[in-house]
Amino acid sequence: MKPAPFEYVVARSVEETLAGLAEHADDVKVLAGGQSLIPAMNFRLAQPAVLVDVNGVDELDFVRVEGGELRIGAVTRQRTVERSEEVRRLAPLLHEAIPSIAHPQIRNRGTVGGSLVHADPSAELPSVMVALGARMRIRGPAGERWVAADDFFVGLLETAVGSDELLLEVAVPEAAAGAGHAFLELQRRHGDYAMAGVAAAVALDGSGRCAGARIALLSVGDGPVLAAGAAGVLTGETPSAELFAAAARAAAHDDIDPPGDIQASAPYRRHLVEVLVRRALTLAFQRADASGARA
Amino acid sequence: MIVSVNINGVDRSADVEPRLLLSDFIRHHVELTGTHVGCEHGVCGACTVLVDGRAVRSCLMFAVQADSCEVTTVEGLAGEGGEADLHPLQEAFREKHGLQCGFCTPGMLMTLVPFLEENPSPTEREVREAISGNLCRCTGYENIVRAVMHRVEQGLTGEARAHG
Repeated sequence: MKPAPFEYVVARSVEETLAGLAEHADDVKVLAGGQSLIPAMNFRLAQPAVLVDVNGVDELDFVRVEGGELRIGAVTRQRTVERSEEVRRLAPLLHEAIPSIAHPQIRNRGTVGGSLVHADPSAELPSVMVALGARMRIRGPAGERWVAADDFFVGLLETAVGSDELLLEVAVPEAAAGAGHAFLELQRRHGDYAMAGVAAAVALDGSGRCAGARIALLSVGDGPVLAAGAAGVLTGETPSAELFAAAARAAAHDDIDPPGDIQASAPYRRHLVEVLVRRALTLAFQRADASGARA
Repeated sequence: MIVSVNINGVDRSADVEPRLLLSDFIRHHVELTGTHVGCEHGVCGACTVLVDGRAVRSCLMFAVQADSCEVTTVEGLAGEGGEADLHPLQEAFREKHGLQCGFCTPGMLMTLVPFLEENPSPTEREVREAISGNLCRCTGYENIVRAVMHRVEQGLTGEARAHG
């Protein structure tokens, strides 16, 4: 199992990366952490003619707080995010989800941007970004644009990032007072691909009712699936075990059309989603309550 | 293209194809065969090495990406005296039968050494999670975990000697 030959281009800046992508437009891939691309190349499932390596693009390696948002550069290692105090404080859902991404050896190389642009349906970061209502900054020959997470993931392994474009960073809104979160997934072994998972971000209003909920599901569709039906059940209502059960039923039966595979059949995935969503909502609303929205 | 890597303290360079995996560079060009190659797609963990101090899978990196980096392989763990001067974790593996066929051992060690540096007194559960990305084909996990916990107890009581 060895990769097919390719031309290797080292980029040191965003400009160099875009120039490399433009020059080799017909068959080029960005090489970030390589933790999904290199296995695919080892299997020769992927045989790009040219790789543009962005590991040395230091300007995209950052975690910072700017204008009430958490900004994470696309080339930032997952391990860096895992250890970031800013992430723990401002985006606890992201902090909670990161240890579920494969293994430490993978997170030492894997990047935030690489995971988002690869858009594997069982990946954690896409669902987390959808639940958090994050935005992505993309640059290409035509200039820069921001894309909301809901519009970023467009299909199986497909995002809004064009072949001549580069994801620069992701911006996560700071968790507000009254917000609660939970990330849960089920894997056969720690670090394996999830059979199903849920990233939930919820908020309570001053009267203790649900002000809103964003629930994103992984491993049950072509990409992260926003459970809009479940959110509709919750919004405006007073949290209770019955309410969470009703929302979980909506998530499992109205919001998804899960695939079946060797790991889990479609009915089993529905079952997992119902259980995981119910547990995630219970935890997220407990945390929202504890964070003092009613004060 | 030319790649220059410092491996276990020694500068090595070679003219290689960009598609050469770091694991193959280590084994075939530098001829350090302690790093084992199992699955070549990032599942088994046998090829784990340290790149600039961080555990990574050397089958999921191209050798050219390690240019100007410091790489530590399992051969770099023991001191000058070789077998008589093993790393305390290697000693613990020997003491507690933490290896059977030995295929997974280099990856286990290179995963656990930085883990223990960061977390010198882990729980058994944390150890099991730390090696969740390393497969032992003998299924000898019990003794591997036992070896690590033995090392942890040694470290806590200060019995083990200081070792780089």
